[in-house]
Amino acid sequence: MSTMEVPKVPLCYRETSSLRATKGSLLLVETVPGVKYGEIVEVELGSGEVRYGQVIDVSKDVTVIQVFGGVSEVDMVKCRVRFRGETLKLPVSLDMLGRIFDGLGRPIDGGPPIVPEEYLDINGAPINPAARMPPSEFIETGISAIDGLNSLVRGQKLPIFSGSGLPHNRIAAQIVRQATVRGKEEKFAVVFAAIGVTYDDAAFFIRNFKEAGILDRTIVFINTAADPVIQRIATPRAALTAAEYLAWYHDMHVLVILTDMTNYCEALREISAAREEVPGRRGYPGYMYTDLATIYERAGRIWGKKGSITIMPILTMPDDDITHPIPDLTGYITEGQIVLSRDLQRKGIYPPVDVFLSLSRLMKEGIGEGKTREDHPYVFRQLYAAYAEGCHLREIASIVGMEALSPRDKKYLEFADVFERKFINQGEYERRSIEDTLDLAWDLLAMLPEEELKLIRPELIERYHPKYRRGREAGSHTSSTQG
Amino acid sequence: MVVGRIYRISGPLVIAEGMRGVQVYEVVEVGEDRLIGEVIGLDGDRAIIQVYEDTSGLSVGDKVVGTGRPLCAELGPGIIGTVYDGLQRPLSVLTEKVGPFVRRGVKEYSLPRDKKWHFKPLVKVGDKVGEGDIIGIVQETPLVEHKIMVPPGIYGVVKEVVPEGDYTIEEPVAIVERGSEKYEVKMYQLWPIRKPRPYVQRLDPDEPLITGVRVIDMLFPLAKGGTAAVPGGFGTGKTVLLQTFAKWADAQIHIYVGCGERGNEMADALHSFLRLRDPRSGRPLREKAIFIANTSNMPVAARETSVFLGVTIAEYFRDMGYNVLLVADSTSRWAEAMREISGRLEEMPGEEGFPAYLGSRLASFYERAGKVVCLGNPRRIGSVTIAGAVSPPGADFSEPVTQNTLRIVRCLFALDVALANRRHFPAINWLISYSLYVDTVERWWGERVGKDWRYLRDKAMELLQREAELQEIVRLVGPEVLPERDKLVLEVARMIREDFLMQDAFDPVDCYSAPEKTYSMLRIIIKFYEHGVKAVDSGIPVAEIRKLPIRTTIARLKFMRNEEVVEKVKEYEKELEREFMELGSKFGAGGVG
Ligand SMILES: Nc1ncnc2c1ncn2[C@@H]1O[C@H](COP(=O)(O)OP(=O)(O)OP(=O)(O)O)[C@@H](O)[C@H]1O
Ligand SMILES: [Mg+2]
Repeated sequence: MSTMEVPKVPLCYRETSSLRATKGSLLLVETVPGVKYGEIVEVELGSGEVRYGQVIDVSKDVTVIQVFGGVSEVDMVKCRVRFRGETLKLPVSLDMLGRIFDGLGRPIDGGPPIVPEEYLDINGAPINPAARMPPSEFIETGISAIDGLNSLVRGQKLPIFSGSGLPHNRIAAQIVRQATVRGKEEKFAVVFAAIGVTYDDAAFFIRNFKEAGILDRTIVFINTAADPVIQRIATPRAALTAAEYLAWYHDMHVLVILTDMTNYCEALREISAAREEVPGRRGYPGYMYTDLATIYERAGRIWGKKGSITIMPILTMPDDDITHPIPDLTGYITEGQIVLSRDLQRKGIYPPVDVFLSLSRLMKEGIGEGKTREDHPYVFRQLYAAYAEGCHLREIASIVGMEALSPRDKKYLEFADVFERKFINQGEYERRSIEDTLDLAWDLLAMLPEEELKLIRPELIERYHPKYRRGREAGSHTSSTQG
Repeated sequence: MVVGRIYRISGPLVIAEGMRGVQVYEVVEVGEDRLIGEVIGLDGDRAIIQVYEDTSGLSVGDKVVGTGRPLCAELGPGIIGTVYDGLQRPLSVLTEKVGPFVRRGVKEYSLPRDKKWHFKPLVKVGDKVGEGDIIGIVQETPLVEHKIMVPPGIYGVVKEVVPEGDYTIEEPVAIVERGSEKYEVKMYQLWPIRKPRPYVQRLDPDEPLITGVRVIDMLFPLAKGGTAAVPGGFGTGKTVLLQTFAKWADAQIHIYVGCGERGNEMADALHSFLRLRDPRSGRPLREKAIFIANTSNMPVAARETSVFLGVTIAEYFRDMGYNVLLVADSTSRWAEAMREISGRLEEMPGEEGFPAYLGSRLASFYERAGKVVCLGNPRRIGSVTIAGAVSPPGADFSEPVTQNTLRIVRCLFALDVALANRRHFPAINWLISYSLYVDTVERWWGERVGKDWRYLRDKAMELLQREAELQEIVRLVGPEVLPERDKLVLEVARMIREDFLMQDAFDPVDCYSAPEKTYSMLRIIIKFYEHGVKAVDSGIPVAEIRKLPIRTTIARLKFMRNEEVVEKVKEYEKELEREFMELGSKFGAGGVG
């Protein structure tokens, strides 16, 4: 029924029925000679049901198996364990595009099995740092708060840090609908992994892919909240393996959306506790940083390869706390973060992007002359500084009152409001080109006295400031009517 | 040669039996693929082995072979400009050999064996030589003259020496004889990475390492041979700061250890070191840099070897009489690897699960920094400076890695999340950072740059300190009630912060601030303050002082080229005096307007 079980070459199985004990989701069996560390096992229950597992510790006497799907109904008499002699592999093929799989890569859309072109280890292999090409191609998402202030580039890993009830899914869906790299007709694909989410959340995305007409360029992996916890560990890895196949074997630019990585981390914690490991901060295992890194570091570009992998994980911060180990460790791995703000959400701003906490570390490589527009780096800094000043004054005003503010200060205050309402705020189906975003930024900056625009080079002000732009447009208008 | 068999495999940890005769820290080859491992403990005939490559696929009963030697660095020509992994495999060569992904068990020489280097001998037959003596030189890159030294432990009489010419590193360039023993000196040597290289004498680090970062050079100076920790939450600028050091500091050899961090960052560093030019020689930075890259997704155990490999290479160049800078990003990832291994060994966990030896292991790394009189002739002095990033969970500095590091290092550059969120970069918090080298480098600055360096520094610190206190008051009652003198403090402290401390690491001009520029910039700001105090005392409101055009001029100084600033500031200082004088006369001498 599933393709996963069909090995390329018949393997010589080793088999045992000498089970010793169970411990959490672990199964301890007597070691059979030749068992390999990390290999995949099949656990056949008395009922005939087969579950998968992985060898996570092996000594001369005991082999410890992590059972995907848990050890319920395992018994010591009828249960058999077969060793497959290889690590967990995902059968891949271009036919996966347009299809839906479970967390282990088995089709769940009722379609035919995949005829594999390759079997790839779901753990992948680390990209040699010397083979990496520094990411620098600007991805236009059509969202001003991202394109203008936190630009995304191909090969980047940029998460959305959200909170429960915030519109992270809608933003991610909008990005998937709208993201393009300009001036290029290139092969692209989306790999979407739903990790421990409700079926509704997963369905929301699939509906979106359908509406946008990109379902046939999308591979979906779904591990719902009801699926075994342990499969959650495999889900993002299966998704990235498919992404790597598309990017490195078929030159595609792949955008990978992983949601919700908080569920993944919870699964990691649960399993670690079951293994009775020494817990790290707040009960999360000490190796969570490394574990997450082996997922996120699969993003990138490689010299000599046309494709790319861009990862946008979504995670909900428990209690909106950015210092919680999940967002904290993620932030230490990813190349920035888009942080959503409950305050802005309350003000009715969509997308409610917190400009101060958000950051794209690879932005500077992707913007400016020849990439977006020459004024972008300066406009970005000026916007940022002006909004910061406005927010600062907002605080002061709340202590000492508006009266104490100078006319200049009041301008800044007004700027901050308009910036939130017009620049950050935009429609869910509104797609702003980077020029639209930058022009809009100039319109807002024009609210401030010109001498306040200290961070922008004078010649750029002359070229883009609405005052001069309008002057020029008016000028050319008159001359044309006269002519 | 000891040959044993695997008894147990648990992640990067392998236990082998039948290993009687191996030593702790001996390198072993594990399994069919001959994965590199290191014995980290012995228990009867069992050896506990830390494996530096992915252990998936190993089986109980697989062979484990002792090599009889500890983990060593290969040191010789060919090392500059190379990117190594934690086992000193040249990563670019591996890409050519096995493609863009890291594969295990790949063996490759650290230094090219077929490349010929132009060797110039400096000794002749019959000369007496001892350990550390320089017997010849190789111009490895336009920036680095590689000194070929007699390895530690070897001395005698030169029996043979090759004439000047081109040789590979495997060809002996000299033969040293002692009694009946002969020793072939080659252009390269091996050195165990966990063992500090010997020197004659340690000296006090009394010369600043100029980093080109104003807040450091002026307020919290680093010294050649010194140590510094850079802790900070994610995104606070640790990597950017360390890369700034690695790019612009006035060391002769720069070693960049990326340990458990991002691959894209490493790629960016490699790329920019090719493109950027050394401010002193105009040559590409890569010609004096060495990279060690063990990214977060590469085997964790090799994080430890990365830092020790880095510091061993640093000492080797120190021994040639060079000033070497080593930056390590991030030592926390290495500490976490230690924790993971220790957990698997079921050792007694200390604080937050880190092993009890965390502190001593960190010390064994930082202690290898220093300024020394090198072994051998001619007499020379070299130094190793170490700056390490620390990534405290939740940006909380009370955690064990930060605390243990602070016990060892002499400078703290504390990066602050609030400053970074405000985009005040470098986000070094001036209230909690410190340098224990202020007193020792004071003389250098006083003699070379400006007599009043120390005065300016202390004045700036005092103003910043005072600002923090005043801000507490402002937060409660607003700024208007403050006396004018305090308003001036706020105004000037803001100038110090925005016009002096803030520095854009990516601006082509601002990225490197020469000592003279740094000094002049602060001098004019302090001068502004001093004139301001007089003006305020004579009744001029701060609101008027704030409007002086010289303020804008001062704010633009950071974008002025290093060579121009000193002369310009002298002019501007006159202008400053003039503006204050005019202001004074406008308000009538001493009177209130
Ligand atoms: N001196 C600086 N000038 C300009 N921008 C800076 C500077 N320092 C830091 N930044 C900005 O801050 C971002 C984050 O800095 P960096 O990557 O060094 O953080 P980090 O402390 O190393 O974070 P992590 O612990 O996650 O690796 C940079 O991408 C850059 O945008
Ligand atoms: Mg960093």
